[in-house]
Amino acid sequence: MTALTDLGVAAIRDGVREGAFSAAEVAQAFSAAVAGAKALNAYVIETPEHALEAAEQADRDRAAGNLKPLSGVPLGIKDLFATKGYQTTAGSNMLGGFEPVYESTVSGNLFAAGAGMLGKLNMDEFAMGSSNETSAYGNVISPWRRSDGGNAPLTPGGSSGGSAAAVAARLAPGVTGTDTGGSIRQPAAFVGITGIKPTYGRCSRYGMVAFASSLDQAGPMARDVRDCAIMLEAMAGFDPKDSTSLQLDVPRWEAELSSDIRGKRIGIPKEYRIEGVPEEIDRVWEQGIAWMKDAGAEIVEVSLPHTRYALPTYYIIAPAEASSNLARYDGVKYGLRKMPESGGLAEMYEATRAAGFGAEVKRRIMIGTYVLSAGFYDAYFNQAQKVRALIARDFERVWEECDLLLTPTAPSAAFALGEKSDDPIAMYLNDVFAVPASLAGLPAMSVPGGLNEQGLPLGLQIIGKALDEQGVLNAGLAFEERAGFTARPEAWW
Amino acid sequence: MVSAYRIQGATGEWEVVIGLEVHAQVTSKAKLFSGAATEFGAEPNTQVSLVDAAMPGMLPVPNQECIRQAVRTGMALEAKINAWSRFDRKNYFYADLPQGYQISQLYHPIVGEGQVEIEVGEGSAKRVGIERIHIEQDAGKLMHDQHPSFSYVDLNRSGVALMEIVSKPDMRSPEEAGAYVRKLRSILRYVGSCDGNMEQGSMRADVNVSVRRPARDGQEVVPFGTRTETKNVNSVRFIMQAIEYEANRQVDLIESGGTVVQETRLFDPDKGETRSLRSKEDAHDYRYFPDPDLLPLELSDAFLEECRASLPELPDAKRQRYERELGLSAYNAGVLTAEVETARWFEELLAATGKSGPDVGKAASNWVISDLFGALNRLGKGIDESPVSPAQGAELLGLVADGTLSGTLAKQVFEIMLETGEDPAKIVEERGLKQTSDTGAIEAAITDVMAANADKVAEYRGGKDKLFGFFVGQTMKAMHGRANPQLVNDLLRKALS
Amino acid sequence: MSVDTATVRHIARLARIAVTESEAEALVPELNNILGWIEQLQEVDVAGVQPMTAVIPNRLRLREDKVTDGGKRDEVLANAPIAEHGLFAVPKVIE
Ligand SMILES: [Mg+2]
Ligand SMILES: [Zn+2]
Repeated sequence: MTALTDLGVAAIRDGVREGAFSAAEVAQAFSAAVAGAKALNAYVIETPEHALEAAEQADRDRAAGNLKPLSGVPLGIKDLFATKGYQTTAGSNMLGGFEPVYESTVSGNLFAAGAGMLGKLNMDEFAMGSSNETSAYGNVISPWRRSDGGNAPLTPGGSSGGSAAAVAARLAPGVTGTDTGGSIRQPAAFVGITGIKPTYGRCSRYGMVAFASSLDQAGPMARDVRDCAIMLEAMAGFDPKDSTSLQLDVPRWEAELSSDIRGKRIGIPKEYRIEGVPEEIDRVWEQGIAWMKDAGAEIVEVSLPHTRYALPTYYIIAPAEASSNLARYDGVKYGLRKMPESGGLAEMYEATRAAGFGAEVKRRIMIGTYVLSAGFYDAYFNQAQKVRALIARDFERVWEECDLLLTPTAPSAAFALGEKSDDPIAMYLNDVFAVPASLAGLPAMSVPGGLNEQGLPLGLQIIGKALDEQGVLNAGLAFEERAGFTARPEAWW
Repeated sequence: MVSAYRIQGATGEWEVVIGLEVHAQVTSKAKLFSGAATEFGAEPNTQVSLVDAAMPGMLPVPNQECIRQAVRTGMALEAKINAWSRFDRKNYFYADLPQGYQISQLYHPIVGEGQVEIEVGEGSAKRVGIERIHIEQDAGKLMHDQHPSFSYVDLNRSGVALMEIVSKPDMRSPEEAGAYVRKLRSILRYVGSCDGNMEQGSMRADVNVSVRRPARDGQEVVPFGTRTETKNVNSVRFIMQAIEYEANRQVDLIESGGTVVQETRLFDPDKGETRSLRSKEDAHDYRYFPDPDLLPLELSDAFLEECRASLPELPDAKRQRYERELGLSAYNAGVLTAEVETARWFEELLAATGKSGPDVGKAASNWVISDLFGALNRLGKGIDESPVSPAQGAELLGLVADGTLSGTLAKQVFEIMLETGEDPAKIVEERGLKQTSDTGAIEAAITDVMAANADKVAEYRGGKDKLFGFFVGQTMKAMHGRANPQLVNDLLRKALS
Repeated sequence: MSVDTATVRHIARLARIAVTESEAEALVPELNNILGWIEQLQEVDVAGVQPMTAVIPNRLRLREDKVTDGGKRDEVLANAPIAEHGLFAVPKVIE
């Protein structure tokens, strides 16, 4: 029999329902796996008691005939979500030891659906990073290694690096991620799992530590499309506590899953073929296109003319919002306080923020402060918001020609830790394919497409119209059935 | 035309230019972006939500009532209402500002240009332009005196809704500024959008002052001088003092060869002076940008219609109506409409009399302004604490009108009402204070008075007319003050002739 | 546009982040590199384009004027580095 930790969300849910195993056994198996995988540093804190308590409740609920949608499923929660009574750090020293007295809506929704929490997942500090190397709690090591014998530790991607590593290493059947400019999709691609960022406003941002408010969206990361659909259904929903939350019913994404995409028009944006991208990316993309054709979709070449401006636009808007969102970390109400020997309030602010934030966060706060400062607002921020409108308009127009877009998720496979950490722009380029959909608030998913020559996973991205998560999931399912991706990292940890 | 206010400098006359930014606390139960209460005087940090304390991941959700009140205020100031507005963040660090930014409106305020009519001197009116009104969050409160090395932070006020009402630089004297603030306060209180309580900080003004040479004949535009902004002045008197001090300071400075620097200043009420707030000046660059947690605020026609329909009659309209319909003097009408509570009391009184028009208006207004206000003044009470209700007042006026009470008796009865709270009719009944028109009784009294003062009767008849008052007094005394005075007059004249 | 150490110090001051002289110097090329890169946005023709206001068409909802929160001083202060007498404590501010 397969190990319980080899099961995904749907298999666990169904197995608990059918009595194949108890939820408590599942929770214990995953908690043991988590405890045994410290080398990956995927979890900042482990909370086996939370997982077990939810599991025992699930077992009681089963006996009483009261099973909930996620009864018996233990999950990992990215440390960006406030979890009541459990340390929530956002990967920062600034929030070391911070125990919220409140629960984020997304984690609360998952728990209300019967899920338990295995622990809080490591991440780039305040979700700023694409390799999980900016975390104050150390790098996450990808469970994957290159097959060429080089044992260089690889990045799981970021910012949801702990989330990605946990699913790939079977330390959780599913996890929450957050995506501001690719932070779900790029790590999912790097570790060969599936992750979807829904339409902006589907998941409440209440209780999710803010990075860039107009871009931040929560989403699930799991082993396959169905598991993502199940989790997203539980996570999403209107929340009156978030003014940008969409007041819409949550579709029944799982029930409506169908890999029949015959007649769907799938656009291939020509601007996503960019110079300097390794050939293996092109190859997996071509393979993906072939699978979509095989599924009966019509492939159309399309154009999104402002694509090349998406990344610089993002690197104005996101830091600008972040510079303001992170002003609340001032050593007064919670978190770190540094008090210099002499000095007053201003010196406390400066010392606290100098000590509490890491280099990348400081860099982005500085950029954001600069682009908003007197005399530069129009040239930078307002210009960026206008270009952002043009990028969104590109998508609006392309939907006249196609229903979905298929693109690479990231411009490369996972790279080695340290490889790009000295070059911010090289790091930012990781998200070149992910950022346009973020700027336009569109649903986008990464699905594993295969392995490169070094045996590392490569992912493709499916982008859909606003609110058409179903179309994205269905295309993803058709893709998944053809890709037959079953590769998994060998346990070395 | 009132003569213009001028500062007499060593080198000649100076004109003062004043603009005010009035921060008015919006009347609402809950805060602008959170469900915490706004009530004044609670224990520190007990009216604070996690949103107000800027906990990580907390988000603002706007309170409809605060929006509504700002719109109604704009309408009352005849201002342009912007159906599309948005919230911006004003970024700066301070211990009373938990988010590190204030949510305000810079680029697209909810209310645009409007105006306030003020009265300057006897009967001459002046319009003060309104530049804009925007909605924003109040900050928390810092306490500096409790600990040798700490300041303490209370966030109860943090996030309470404010309207910032920005005037144009249209005022030219401390008196005009005072009249503007009083008028503004009156309108806000009529509208019900702010309680106008300046002691509790519900209204406070940033006072912008500059000086310049008055325009000479034929000269059209004299450029404004450099202005200073004196922050958070919290009474009409202090505002006027701050302007006077600041204008004189600027004139002295310029005349002694200095230049005015654009800066933030603080008013010291004990010394009646302003002083520079250099500590707060440092590196201010607020980096305003649209708040990404909030979508644009779009107001529907139905919402705007409701706002307009719910506006009460405003003080100017009411004053004109009192003059027109009730025949009141401009002075009486002005006094009765200045405060919303007074007008409300007065109108309840009128309604209770069951009469309308000048018939009752003059008598009622005179009684309120002289008798009632006099009594309340003595008692140190506001009209909303009056021991006599409008219905009781109306009953009293009725007893005068129908001749039951003379003016003198009415005053007596009113005093008893103030003391006992009893209805006037009951007082009249039980204490027999009714005025009598019993001709026989009055004639008998006159006969007695004349008999007892035969010498004075002779003098009167001899031409000493002034003695008539003496006979009236004696007769009234004999009648214990209850005789109908008109009747006494008539009968005395007949008897003495 | 590019920054020098004085600008970096000014920005750091606005952002209330202490930087040492050597940190400020190191930040100059880092920030200039990024600023030079985002500079390419200037070439986009945005004539007649309104800046984006809402990512997904949505209306700002307003809540009812009801007291639904507060009365949780202990929770508000629970994570404060220093809280005394029900108040947050900060280094003394001289106004
Ligand atoms: Mg001001
Ligand atoms: Zn203001």
